[in-house]
Amino acid sequence: MSSPTDVTAPVAPATHQASVRRHAARGARATKARVLATIGGFGVLAILTCLLAPLVGSTHISLLRAFDRTIPFADNVDAQIFFIARLPRVLAGALVGAGLASAGVVFQALLRNPLADPFTLGVSGGASVGAMLAISFGLSLSVGPLSPVPLATLSGAAGAAFLVYRLATTAGRAMSTSVLLLAGVTLNAFFSAVIMLLQYVSSFTEVYRAMRWLMGDLDIGGFTPVIAALPLMAIAFVLIAFLPSALNQLSVGSDAAASRGVDVARVQRIAFVSASLATSGSVSLAGPIGFVGIVVPHLVRLIVGVDHRVVLPASALFGAAFLVGCDLAARTLFSPVEIPLGIVTAMIGGPFFLWLLVRRG
Amino acid sequence: MAARASRITVVIAALCVASLHGSSSQGTAPPARAPQRIVSLVPALTEMLFAIGAGPQVVGVSSYDAFPPQVKTLPRVGALLDPDTERILALRPDLVITYGSQSNAEAQFARAGIRTYSYRHGGIATILESLRELAALTGRRADGDRIAGDLQARFDAVRARVRGRPRPRTVLVFEHDSGTLRSMFVSGGIGFLHDMLEIAGGNDVFADVKRESVQPSVETLISRAPDVIVEIRANPPPNVDAERRAWLTLTTVPAVKNGRVHFLAGEYLVVPGPRVAQGVEAFARALHPDAFR
Repeated sequence: MSSPTDVTAPVAPATHQASVRRHAARGARATKARVLATIGGFGVLAILTCLLAPLVGSTHISLLRAFDRTIPFADNVDAQIFFIARLPRVLAGALVGAGLASAGVVFQALLRNPLADPFTLGVSGGASVGAMLAISFGLSLSVGPLSPVPLATLSGAAGAAFLVYRLATTAGRAMSTSVLLLAGVTLNAFFSAVIMLLQYVSSFTEVYRAMRWLMGDLDIGGFTPVIAALPLMAIAFVLIAFLPSALNQLSVGSDAAASRGVDVARVQRIAFVSASLATSGSVSLAGPIGFVGIVVPHLVRLIVGVDHRVVLPASALFGAAFLVGCDLAARTLFSPVEIPLGIVTAMIGGPFFLWLLVRRG
Repeated sequence: MAARASRITVVIAALCVASLHGSSSQGTAPPARAPQRIVSLVPALTEMLFAIGAGPQVVGVSSYDAFPPQVKTLPRVGALLDPDTERILALRPDLVITYGSQSNAEAQFARAGIRTYSYRHGGIATILESLRELAALTGRRADGDRIAGDLQARFDAVRARVRGRPRPRTVLVFEHDSGTLRSMFVSGGIGFLHDMLEIAGGNDVFADVKRESVQPSVETLISRAPDVIVEIRANPPPNVDAERRAWLTLTTVPAVKNGRVHFLAGEYLVVPGPRVAQGVEAFARALHPDAFR
């Protein structure tokens, strides 16, 4: 177990190095079985949450009726609630939770900054500008399964990520994480100004819808939005799967990592691209849901330590369970009125994280 | 708010009255003169002013005003969030119509000795009440009573037409993302749209949620099973067919099953002003087509 200072203090290379060395030593001792057991534990939690969540909702449904093939789907209210309203929502929640949490882990390692999250580098800002444009100007362009707002969101997110990447790698220089961080923070501020300008010139209903979009929402009403985000997320997860060992090396420092034979530039590139893809896909599916990407990784580290081979999969699984759980609360607590998801994640997750932090301390 | 007329206004009004009628020997405060220069920051109330014949006195309107056509040539002075106090003062108004949340602007006008009439959206009753109050304030009580009476008569006519017919369970939708059912906002159990729907002979499926707007989930929409869906927009959506297709996934909803998803567009539907009767009639035609054959 790591001490909480590892995750809360700004990265101090000496202590971090020491802790990583400590964990590397422990990692060597730890059997593969123990790693698998930890991941298995989080996996069971995620699966149980995803199985339980579609059974509960604002309406009582009969599962027997929902799965009764003799009733035509077009007339089966229980089946429609289960398969149109709930199941896609749970899957989207799992996908977005896993995407944001693992992107958070990757960005925190890449930027070697515990305060980094999926939205630090301007991706959410770009996505929000896209969404705001689509809402304010009533865009009606769809591409395949992507409806106008997710399409605009995705374009904005990808545009911002590309811009930040270009800024950090100008003139063939190797990627500079400090330039990356500063460029991202500056772009975020710039995008906020654009968002405010767009809101200022929009009408009230548009401003309200845009505000609501910023609070996050998983009520997607069918599988199409999940299908639209899936390819992107799948590529992101495959790339992220290659990263854990390299991220362990990288968190010691890029020079130290390079001296151990890590192709730092390549790892940084993969880390940036994969985390940006996961973030863009998540935001286009559910809006910029805060908190998951920054706190789930820390929470998981408090429980399992800092080895990315455990932290990454465990964060993805715990992020999925956490977001699906929060969405369950969002749609049932005050039904028929729903609480926006972004409010629930912070209001449930915040106190829980603080409790864990204090208890561990 | 009329009672909030500041002392300066009273003094000025007193001077005006004194100059018109010579010296007044009575001790009571003389009645304030009907305002001659009105600035309206609320489009619905601008419409009311024109309806009761006080249009010529309107010298400035909000940036959202579009009706009646005469407002297009009037100076724009900002709106709910950004009233341009300087421009408003420069128009030398003697009455400014504000929205209830604009307390800062109201205080500023009070300091400048300008009367304000503060309004907040409510139900149909609020519309009729505001009409009458504005009429009294502008010295057009008879016109106010006539217009309010006309509206009431048109409501009664609609009620009479739909009386005895089964009232369809209806959802009134005013927003959702283009091409999907996401980010949907519908009318809840209070407000003028809810009242319009009830007069038009529909039962609001979200009547139990005592809010002006509700964001229902897809699950809630399926389980509330409305017989009729009425989508209203200030401007027609660019692609009505795409909006209609978005509903087709919810095949168990009776409105979808029976092809009773209606799209109504027009600013008159969403402005709680004197055109509200036209909106009620449009709703009634959508809900009870047989009653209007």
